[in-house]
Amino acid sequence: MRLGPGPRHAIPVGILLLLGFAAPLVAVTAYSLATPRSFDVFRSLTLANYRTILDPANTVWLSFAWSLLLAAATVVLLAAIAYPIAYGLARLFGRWAGLVGLLFVFPLFISENVRLYGWVLFFIKGGVLDGTLRTLLGIGGPDVLFTPGMILFGMVYVYLPFMLFPLTLGLAMVPRDLIDAARDMGASRLQIWREVELPLAMPGILIGFLLTFVLGAGAVAEAKVLGGQSVIVITHDIEIAFTYAQNWPLGSALAVLLTLLIGTLVLLVLWRLDLDRILGRR
Amino acid sequence: MAEPILRLAGVGKTFGQLRAVDRLVLDVEEGEFLTIVGPSGSGKTTLLRMLAGLETPSEGDIVLRGRRINDLPPEKRPTCLVFQSLALFPHRTVGQNIEFPLKVRGVAAAERRRRAHELMAMVRLPADYYGKNVQKCSGGERQRVALARAFAYDPEILFFDEPLSAIDYKLRKTLEKELKDIHKETGKTFIYITHSLEEAMVMSDRIGVMHQGRLVQVGTPEDIYQRPRNLFVAAFMGEVNQIPVRRNGNGTWEGLDLAGHFRADATAERGHLVIRPELMRFVSARDAADNVVEGLLYNEYSLGSRLQYQIRVGEKVLVVERSRGDAFAGDPSAPVLVGWDVRDQLFLED
Repeated sequence: MRLGPGPRHAIPVGILLLLGFAAPLVAVTAYSLATPRSFDVFRSLTLANYRTILDPANTVWLSFAWSLLLAAATVVLLAAIAYPIAYGLARLFGRWAGLVGLLFVFPLFISENVRLYGWVLFFIKGGVLDGTLRTLLGIGGPDVLFTPGMILFGMVYVYLPFMLFPLTLGLAMVPRDLIDAARDMGASRLQIWREVELPLAMPGILIGFLLTFVLGAGAVAEAKVLGGQSVIVITHDIEIAFTYAQNWPLGSALAVLLTLLIGTLVLLVLWRLDLDRILGRR
Repeated sequence: MAEPILRLAGVGKTFGQLRAVDRLVLDVEEGEFLTIVGPSGSGKTTLLRMLAGLETPSEGDIVLRGRRINDLPPEKRPTCLVFQSLALFPHRTVGQNIEFPLKVRGVAAAERRRRAHELMAMVRLPADYYGKNVQKCSGGERQRVALARAFAYDPEILFFDEPLSAIDYKLRKTLEKELKDIHKETGKTFIYITHSLEEAMVMSDRIGVMHQGRLVQVGTPEDIYQRPRNLFVAAFMGEVNQIPVRRNGNGTWEGLDLAGHFRADATAERGHLVIRPELMRFVSARDAADNVVEGLLYNEYSLGSRLQYQIRVGEKVLVVERSRGDAFAGDPSAPVLVGWDVRDQLFLED
């Protein structure tokens, strides 16, 4: 058999994708069809796990809802927080932009769990915030740790760079001349933003939205560490099924459902928001 | 004389140590086509951006119909700039681009559409281009869209920042003439900047030559061509011969380290004689022209209908242009005499 140079050179990457990407997906899917609480993968085919999850008496849907809700809220908050910073990085900071950008990347060098435990030490009773306020003002710090709001705070904090940099890239793609021209023709700041800046920066904005939504829906550490299990997110359920419960088939079925759910949502968004049309290539 | 529509009173712009625009004084008349010509870095783009409101002058005043507009933002100025990049909105159609200034002003959709079609007809764009994507348009069509969009804003003055520089020669010539026609039809005031004097000559009522942030000379194309004020303007007009000369005791002039004397009507001690290549001719004797130099012919080029000769005189190379019917007929290896008359030369003081 003769292979062209293109396919031949794609073989190593193809093998890597098969082993590292496709194989785990196949394994998880196969596990989700195995007999509950067994390791009979590839030997039994049953929908029992899915039936358990979809049983109206089962409250696992609440975990799905929390995950999606937290992810959506994270996206909205991040968009509001990251847009002004991205605008500064793309337009205003000039030669300082590199340094400012680096500062936002810096936390990524430290393990996420370590950073989250750092926030626990900051917010906990007798921690940095509480202790400082007590010493200086004689009042205690707010009791915010282990609440859903704290989970959201953690997610916004952790995923900020993943929103910030696509947004910056998107805004940097808007030519300066276009903004000047719009002003010159009498457009107000709001009109410029709506008619010129937003549509032209949309590819970057969309990538930021999708990236942070997918990451947020798969987040687990924030809910466990900062949320103190006040809320159980779906990823936490999956983790419990695989560890304490030793019910791999159920965990796999949850994972498959989550993948399908998020995959459908992302595809829906990409299908509804035609990038080519937004970019005016059509 | 009527009040000028735009008056520059010592307008300057300084970037750090650099004086990009140096205290310009200029009146622009209502309805004229004024072109500012200058090489890159002469400050002409900075000047235009100040007039449009995209830069703030460091000194001086910009006065529009008697009103100082230094601090008026671009969106409030009754002026519109056609950018060098054209700055068309790539995510919008031809129609949407042209309607943009009307849309931000809140004009109803039907009226916008009617006006857009009117303007498209004016800039000679086919009506079915209304729904076409601007990115699918050719360079010339994009020029027309940008022009129509600027007119949609209905400005009192239109500024042009070398919009034709990226267009090929033949189309540029067509667009230059069309722009001139549109200027005449609309009666608006146009201020155009370019580095091409040829472009300026074709279109303008008046030309201002800019060099190192200063307006060196302002005048009609004829003025600039016939009576350049200094060597920079003379050289910017195209290939000219410049001969440095100094006064002799006996009222004549000497230069080029030749024994020959030059005649010139001037009183200064030293200066340059400027002679256009087409006004120089080959002569057979020293007294066949007012001024004659001797040199060696070392190059000959065809310019199509004319021929160009390069004559080396000492260290200097003179350029002579003749029509084909009047080609050099002598011995190319022998010294040649090149002459011109006093009325064809220009004396510029140093």
